[in-house]
Amino acid sequence: MVEPGSLWPGKKPSRRRSAAESHSGVTRRSLLASAALLITTSGATARVVTKVLPWKPNEAYPPTPVVPGGYLFFTANEAALVDAFVDRLIPTDELGPGAKDAGVTTFIDRQLTGPYGGHDWLYMQGPFSQNPLPTQGLQSPLTPRQQYRLGLSALESHCTSIFNRSFTQLSADEQDKLIGALEKGEVQLPNFSSKMLFTAIYTNTIEGFFADPIYGGNRDMAGWKLVGFPGVRYDYRDVLDKPNQSYTLPPVGMQGRPAWGGR
Amino acid sequence: MVRRLPRKDVVIVGLGWTGSILAYELAHTGLDVVAIERGPWRDTAVDFNIGTAADELRYAVRQDIFLRPTQETLTMRNNPSQTALPIRKWGSFLPGNGVGGAGVHWNGQTWRFLPDDFRIRSHMIERYGEGIMPEGNHIQDWPVSYDELEPYYDKFERVAGISGRAGNIKGEIQPGGNRFEGARENEYPTPAMKQGYQQELFTKAAANMGLHPFPRPSANISTAYTNPYGCSMAPCTYCGFCEWFGCANYSKASPQTCVLPALIREPTFEARTECEVTKVNLTVDGKMATGVTYVDANGEEWEQPADLVLVCAYGLFNVRLLLLSGIGKPYDPASDEGVVGRNYAYQTGSGSTAFFEDVKFNPFAAAGSTGVALDDFNSDNFDHGPHGFVGGASITCAHTNGRPIRYHPTLPGTPAWGSAWKKGVRDAYQRVANVGAQGSVMSYRNNYLDLDPTYKDALGRPLMRMTFDYQPNEQKMANWMAERCNEIAKAMGAKVTQVNRLGVPWNVVPYQTTHNTGGTVMSSDPKTGVLNRYLQSWDVPNVFVMGASAFPQNAGYNPTGTVGALTYWGLDGIFNYLKSPGALVQP
Repeated sequence: MVEPGSLWPGKKPSRRRSAAESHSGVTRRSLLASAALLITTSGATARVVTKVLPWKPNEAYPPTPVVPGGYLFFTANEAALVDAFVDRLIPTDELGPGAKDAGVTTFIDRQLTGPYGGHDWLYMQGPFSQNPLPTQGLQSPLTPRQQYRLGLSALESHCTSIFNRSFTQLSADEQDKLIGALEKGEVQLPNFSSKMLFTAIYTNTIEGFFADPIYGGNRDMAGWKLVGFPGVRYDYRDVLDKPNQSYTLPPVGMQGRPAWGGR
Repeated sequence: MVRRLPRKDVVIVGLGWTGSILAYELAHTGLDVVAIERGPWRDTAVDFNIGTAADELRYAVRQDIFLRPTQETLTMRNNPSQTALPIRKWGSFLPGNGVGGAGVHWNGQTWRFLPDDFRIRSHMIERYGEGIMPEGNHIQDWPVSYDELEPYYDKFERVAGISGRAGNIKGEIQPGGNRFEGARENEYPTPAMKQGYQQELFTKAAANMGLHPFPRPSANISTAYTNPYGCSMAPCTYCGFCEWFGCANYSKASPQTCVLPALIREPTFEARTECEVTKVNLTVDGKMATGVTYVDANGEEWEQPADLVLVCAYGLFNVRLLLLSGIGKPYDPASDEGVVGRNYAYQTGSGSTAFFEDVKFNPFAAAGSTGVALDDFNSDNFDHGPHGFVGGASITCAHTNGRPIRYHPTLPGTPAWGSAWKKGVRDAYQRVANVGAQGSVMSYRNNYLDLDPTYKDALGRPLMRMTFDYQPNEQKMANWMAERCNEIAKAMGAKVTQVNRLGVPWNVVPYQTTHNTGGTVMSSDPKTGVLNRYLQSWDVPNVFVMGASAFPQNAGYNPTGTVGALTYWGLDGIFNYLKSPGALVQP
């Protein structure tokens, strides 16, 4: 069995593609390869592949590992608010760490600074309909970054006017009631859809709790341990040979496991 | 300014399964072949590297290797009276991008359609009378039979190394296989996959009910295998990262594993990637294609002249390219005339979720095509008389993965968050089985594709507009199937079951299936299809169109096996065309 951690010498892959490059249509790799393989007779600037497959040994495109500490998008107040919110969505309890303790706020912060945060890959051309059918899905011009910035501000305004306190200062019960009302669309936030805010935080919380730890959440593989997902162990032939039995090996992430010097 | 490149014998639009197979076979005869692909080149070793491939967030959630809607999407609505809006984010289906196409990210379930599926209109009317045909239907017989396609199915299965157990070899029913399948000349190239504990329960329960379960045919293969092109595959390790991922292990059949290593050695082949074909060019009288125009990564336009144009993009984009090129008359539902965009169809999904106690299903130990299926309720394998619907479904008990961002089931009634959710997720993860029915979708006058009047792609060309909903026939069928699934789930010993009826109206948000069919249908009459029985354009004989866009309606199976068979069948047509250029079928 291949140990994924062994493919991460020193945890610093030297041929990493930066976030900006990986999100543009033309990758660094394709430029290098096209420079090598350009058809010059016609002057065409396509990447041309002929005669040999163009891959090279030890070339791969891992994501950039998130280094926890500080926030790149959230303000301190926003981060505190998200911390409090996700801590109610997935609380720390006798079953183990919750979303906050698993680093979900950092996960969301880093996701918002990348292409996801700007809906960079989505179709964002107008016109934007004011009354889409429920079956037509996402039709808002607001990017995730705008949803968080405006939505969190609206939530704070709401809490100030109703409770005269910040969301972070509400009791756990009060927070739960308010989150439940946001979920059902029963609370009217000033100038922002309560359901949109709930959906954004909820969706990203689930992602951050269960995504590979390389993205900053799922710290110590807390989400994977909760359900018993072994991560990227990659070979389960023996599991199928022993039906209806517990899987006992601890989970492994793309960077290995702490015991191997990974995360 | 468009610049003209030197002429090629063959230009291929799109380098997925169909494009790579045709490229190999034609270049192998010495023809000059160029494939033009709008996405990037992708190789297993670097793009699906074992250290980076198993990343649920990146591939299954953020959709890193898929077509980005910012480049091209569709607009959608449920019926012609509504205003279509763009699919801004992929949901219900997820088109691939780049070399390998959907062959990179598929699950690998590789079926043959049943003999009755190919003459479904004639068959249903002969057995039940005209009255069983649904209102507004466009159901039509295929212009090719199962028996004609059998050797081509066989060929594709051999190239892809499919793992399975035959149920009918030359008319002899085989124990443990699918007794309903059409007669096969050969056993599958590799033995059936391992199965999990829930498949064991399903197999016992179904057999006790008098049904006929069998391991479903899989392109994640069970043993090492070398295909007729000399490409080698490795045994699947059941890692649970198939659908939406490239396989790092060379275990899932794809153009990368099964065709490209052979294709690239053909000296008369070249691929141009990150180049988008914008148009098939025609002669002034519109009767012949002269090549294609494409835009490269720098936005420059090129004309590639060629004697033969093979349209091999994903089915939906084949339809759009024909509409943008003026090949064939666009379909108009008001007059019910025209052919391009006609008979768009899809797939139903319904079934039962089954919750058990005291089991360890280990859902993460799976492959995209592990699973045990039964065909007792597919096509016309059962008496439709009492039910009043056309079509059927393959019923399968399967896990394809246990990736937890998208797979964290809870018992009905569990809150969506909080400590109770956390406990619910922990308790259910090992204990849920799914019995699902993947059903046929017939073709109808009001389910179709055309160009959107408002929304444009990044190059300023109209997006395609999809008008689709599940019709009463499909709802009736799928909901009846959900009850059959539920009976089996209960017989498996589930403590709690939840019936999953067909979601209506069709909604673009939840992922359903990337089995979009029709729009450039093959037909025996030019009034009811774009292509003749050899997948050759009725209007422009040096244009052939591959893929599921040729299906007259969809059957209760995944489409790729039939797409592969049609590709080899179409190839024979292309060889005949090359010997004697012209229409292979006189209208």
